Formats: sequence, C-alpha cells, structure tokens
Amino acid sequence: MRDHWMRAVALVAAIACPLAAQQEPDAVIVLSDEQRDPRIALPEIRGPISSANAVDRFNDEVWKALEASGRLDIVPRSFYPRSAPRRPEDIQVDAKKMPKDLGARGLWLAGWAEAPVVARYLVYGQIEDVDGRLALQGYVADVSQESVEASYIFGKRYYSEANAAGARGMAFDFARDILKNLGLGEGLAGSRIYYVHRDDGDDRKEIWVMDYDGRNKQRITNYRSLCLTPAISPDGRRIAFTTFVEGVPEIYVHSLETGRRLQFYNQDASLNTTPSFAPDNSAIYFASSASGRSQIYRADPDGGNLRRISYSRSLDVHPTVNPKTGAQIAFVSGASGMPQVYLMDSEGANRRRISGGGGDAVQPAWDPSGERLAFAWTRGYELGNYNIFLVDVASRRYTQLTHSRGRNDHPSFSPSGTHIVFASDRMGTTQIWSMRADGTQLRQLTSAGLNESPVWATR
Amino acid sequence: MRSKHSIILIAAAIFLTLFAFGCKKEAPPPPPPPPPPPPEAPAPTVSITAEPSSIERGKAARLTWSSTNAASAEMNQGIGAVATSGNREVFPTRSTEYTITVKNADGKSASASATVTVRAPPPPPPPPPPKPDLSEAFSDANIKDALFDYDKSDLRPDAQNVLRANSTAIKALLGDYPEAAFLLEGHCDERGTTEYNLALGDRRATAAMEFLVNLGIPASKLSKVSLGEERPVCTDEDESCYQRNRRAHLRLR
Repeated sequence: MRDHWMRAVALVAAIACPLAAQQEPDAVIVLSDEQRDPRIALPEIRGPISSANAVDRFNDEVWKALEASGRLDIVPRSFYPRSAPRRPEDIQVDAKKMPKDLGARGLWLAGWAEAPVVARYLVYGQIEDVDGRLALQGYVADVSQESVEASYIFGKRYYSEANAAGARGMAFDFARDILKNLGLGEGLAGSRIYYVHRDDGDDRKEIWVMDYDGRNKQRITNYRSLCLTPAISPDGRRIAFTTFVEGVPEIYVHSLETGRRLQFYNQDASLNTTPSFAPDNSAIYFASSASGRSQIYRADPDGGNLRRISYSRSLDVHPTVNPKTGAQIAFVSGASGMPQVYLMDSEGANRRRISGGGGDAVQPAWDPSGERLAFAWTRGYELGNYNIFLVDVASRRYTQLTHSRGRNDHPSFSPSGTHIVFASDRMGTTQIWSMRADGTQLRQLTSAGLNESPVWATR
Repeated sequence: MRSKHSIILIAAAIFLTLFAFGCKKEAPPPPPPPPPPPPEAPAPTVSITAEPSSIERGKAARLTWSSTNAASAEMNQGIGAVATSGNREVFPTRSTEYTITVKNADGKSASASATVTVRAPPPPPPPPPPKPDLSEAFSDANIKDALFDYDKSDLRPDAQNVLRANSTAIKALLGDYPEAAFLLEGHCDERGTTEYNLALGDRRATAAMEFLVNLGIPASKLSKVSLGEERPVCTDEDESCYQRNRRAHLRLR
C-alpha cells in the first residue's frame, strides 16, 4: 500500500511542480508501471526433517530475494495447490486426468497456470541430505507451456552447509539464477552495501558493510577516525575511502579480500578525497586540492602516474566514471554558483552541466547501463533538503524519485540497476534506505546510530 | 773498642742523672711547712670583634678575638672550643651575638661578645613573571572564527577584520613562543553534502590562510585542513547556527 501511495505522491508532485518553468526545457518523466511483473509461484521446497531450520531459512530467503528483486510478482501461497512437483518427472500434462479439486492439481502445469494461482512461472525442487550437507536440486518451469520439455527453463544442483548461513547463501545463489534465467537481471541477493556508520554519542565514523537486505552488518575499518566517501572497485576486490587518520583528509585503499591496506600514494595536498574506480579497475579518479582548490585527478590504482583532469577556477569534486563506457566522468562543480552535476570526457574535455540549475545538485551515481545518473538535488526544496532525482544523460530528462521534506541523498544503484540505495532522515535520524529505481518499494535497512553514504557493490 | 766504652759511660751517666732526679722526687718530703697560698693566677681578659659587623644574608663575617691569661676559650652558637686567640668566618643567617668565654687555669672566666647584624639581601631582580602555557596564552589571545556565506569561500569584510585581529594576536604569540604553529580548519554547515563540503571547507581554510600570510604571518607557521561538515559547533537547524558552522577556525597545531 505504501508503495502505491508513494507512487501517487510522486505523480502528484510531478504534475504540481512543473520543472519546465525553470530556465531549462526540462521535463519530468514518471516511470511507467504499466508493464506488470511476471507472476511466479514459489511453493516451499521440502528437505530433510533433520535440517528443518535450515530448509525453512532457505525457503524464506529465496522468497525475500525474489521479492526484493522488484522484478517478479510472487503469488501468495494461500492460492497454491496442496502439493508441488519435486522433479520434472513428477509433472503431469494430461489435462483429462487433472482433478476437479483445485487443491489437488499441484502436479499439473495448468494447476499453476490457471485460476486461482495464475502464475507464469513455477519454482520447484527438493533438498536432500548428502553426507551431512544440503543438496538442492532446483528448477523453474514456464507453466504456460503444454509439455514438460517446453516448460523446462532451468535446473541446477546446489550444495551448502546444513545451517542457517549456508542455507541463506544457497538461497541467494538459487534466486540469482532464477532471475538470470528469466532474463530479469541478477537481482540483489548476494550484493552488499557499504556505508559510513557512526555510533550515537561518538564522533568517529567507520566504513561498514551489510547484505542487500540490511542483514549481516559488519565493520570494515577501525581507524577511530573519520572514514568517509567509500567507493568499491567494480571487481569487488578493493575499497577506497577518505580518512583523517593522518590529520588531513587522504585516500586509503584496502583489499576487501585480506582486509589489509594497499598502497596508494596521496599527493602532497591538504585534501585528497572522493575516490572512484574506473570500470576496468585500472585507475582511480579523485579530487585533490594540490593546485590550491579541489580539482579532478586520475591515478593508477597505487596512486602513481598522477594526472590532472579538470582545470577550472571553481571547486570540482566527486568524480564518478561511466561504468559502461569508462569514457565519461560525472562530477560536481561549483562553476555556476551552487554545486551542480557536470559531465566531461575522461581526459577532461567537453565539460558540460547535466543538472538543470536551481539549488544544489550533487552526488552523481551512474546506473550500470551508463545511460542514467541518479543524484541528490534541492530543487523545489529548502537548502539541505535533497531528494533523489534521475537524469537520462542523452535526453536530459529528469525524474524525481523521492519526495520527502527531509534529506534524501547519496544515491547508489544496485549492480542489477533495478534498485537504488540512499540515505534519508525522513524518520528522524539519517539511515540507509533502498527503493526500486522508480522510487517505489522503500525499505529501511539501518536503524541504529547514524548511517550515510551508501554504495551498492556486487559482493 | 774505645767508642764502645765511651757509649757505655755516657749511658751510665744519663742513667745516674735520671736516677738522682727520680730519687729526689720520690723521696718522701719532710713534713711540709704550711704551703704558702699559691699565687693566684691572673684574671683572664678577652675581646672579640666582628668584621664586618653587618653583612648581607649569605655573606661571611670574620670574628677575631684575643685574650690574656686564658687557658681555654669557648664560643657559643654551637661553635664550641676555640683557640684562646684566633679568628674564624661565620655565616649567620640572621643577626647573631657571638660570645666568647675564656677561662684561666683557676677557672676564672671572662666573656666578650660581638654581634653580626644580618641584613636581608637586596630583593633579587624580580624573576621574569612565569610564562603561561602556550595553550593558555592562545586561549587568552581571543582568536575568533572567520565566518562565510553559504557555499562561499571569499572573505567578507567582517571575516577580514577578524583575521586582521587574529594576525595581530598571532604575531604577538609568535614573539613569545617562536615554536608555536597554527592550524586553520575549514568548516561548513550541514546543509551541503559530505563530498562538496570537504572541497568547500578546504577552500575556506585556504582563503583564510592566504589572507594571514599576506598580513605577514609566515606560511611555515600555518597549515590547513578541511573538516567539511563533520565537526559542527552547534547542531540547531537555524541560520544563526548554520552561520557559526560556516567558519575558518584557528587552533594550535
């Protein structure tokens, strides 16, 4: 219900606040929700009684992962027949033999395709105990098909430890494969969100990480200092961030595999900050005040081969490289007064403003296709009251995704491109939220302390 | 051989002589006549002077004394037995009367005194007033924050005045504490974003630093850091609080 309400607010706000009245011929587009998500039936997959807890956890996590993908409409279980196939051989196709009792039609494809389930896809399979570990044989069928062969979409075997953590991981793998095989992207399961956390009453900030659904929160840094502006390399192996460990803000790079600090040469400047990795992991772009004011630089992953990219008389900061092409850098510049989002080529040519002016427009974040940028903008609101906007880079059309009186900032796309994580103080304190990339399906992922600057990583 | 004889002879003579005297002494005296009263020993006299008789505390005075007919002499003030005539240095810490008492063989005594007056030393040159701690001196220097407009790093007239006053105070401090060094912190209000505010705070610190260097503060005495919006002085959501947070803040390095 809340999602629908949010969507309605979005629509009303979009109509009520015609941004086209500003100097740029901007138009607000609201993503259409016309195309319905495919309906999928997800009966519980049975497993050995001895691992009942792990099996329950598995079923729960698959459901949540598919739900969180925002790409599927999961039919509630109350509509399902009483039983489901466990193997393709269980599936019946002879319509004449199909029972009249709706609850007894679980082995017939039509039993899932027709009312009351009306699903397009069926997930089924079984979990067995193999030498104390769990083995899942999982399948997805297109129940709109007539034959077992035609209905078969994919089947795969998975193994895990017979405990909750193992079951959760296996569920993530299965859910990801389901989405991938249905052409619905990679989903969110398995992806992780890095963010900045501060405990109440403390003044240090450290980098933390959590699963896509807010679980398994873990601290990454322990510098007892300020650690800000995290960025994850596209291969998921390294994290770069700004820290005040040595007094002035500097860039540190850590291996996410060993947890160790890696070498990164900071040039002699009062400020080195906002690191961002090139899509092929071959370079780090960042801002440095070596020239007297913050400008954009590029360096090798260890800080060598330093090159200045931007030459402006204003403050240029927060570069982020187009993840698809690697050829465009979005960044923030105060060149036209209040900070705005700009684009330039990776060597600094073709500087142009992409945000429409009016208010602060900051914190650009590419979607994985490299076609859209999410950013935080105060347009239409008081200073400091940012909302998340989306701009299509080619058409420069804007979409407003959040409509909150408070502060909604620092968007970051999920690797699947379907979701955005951001920080919001709409409930009082600054916390991390996720939503679908159309602004719906809001979820609060953190609640303790202060949490900000989230970045969504593949793992 | 002859010399041996003579040694024996001399030894015998000495022996006899000693023996004769000894016999004489040892011999029981005849009943003595009532002894005449022994002649009285003459009365002793003593005199003592102190030179100088007045000293500064910590300096020495010399006592000089002489006596007649004295068999022994003793000085008070814990000095004890001394020669019947002589001198010595004393280091009294306050005015002291030295009395010497002499006795003759009969135990008759005589005394004389000399006083050494001790003056307080002239007041030492007033010690330099204890130098306050540098951090104390700094906090007494009334250093103020230079304030900025939203999203701006140029120095308003009021910020320039503040920095001029600060530079005077810094110069005075550097006169007293040549080792002092200062850190300029650039801060922003919370309404911007983490990233842009790091850049903006850096620019504010730079602007303030350049201004101070132009006023003659050695650049080597100044360094800078941006704290963005991370360290507000107040957290109310109103303009007066925002204004206090948009600052270049000077502290000791």
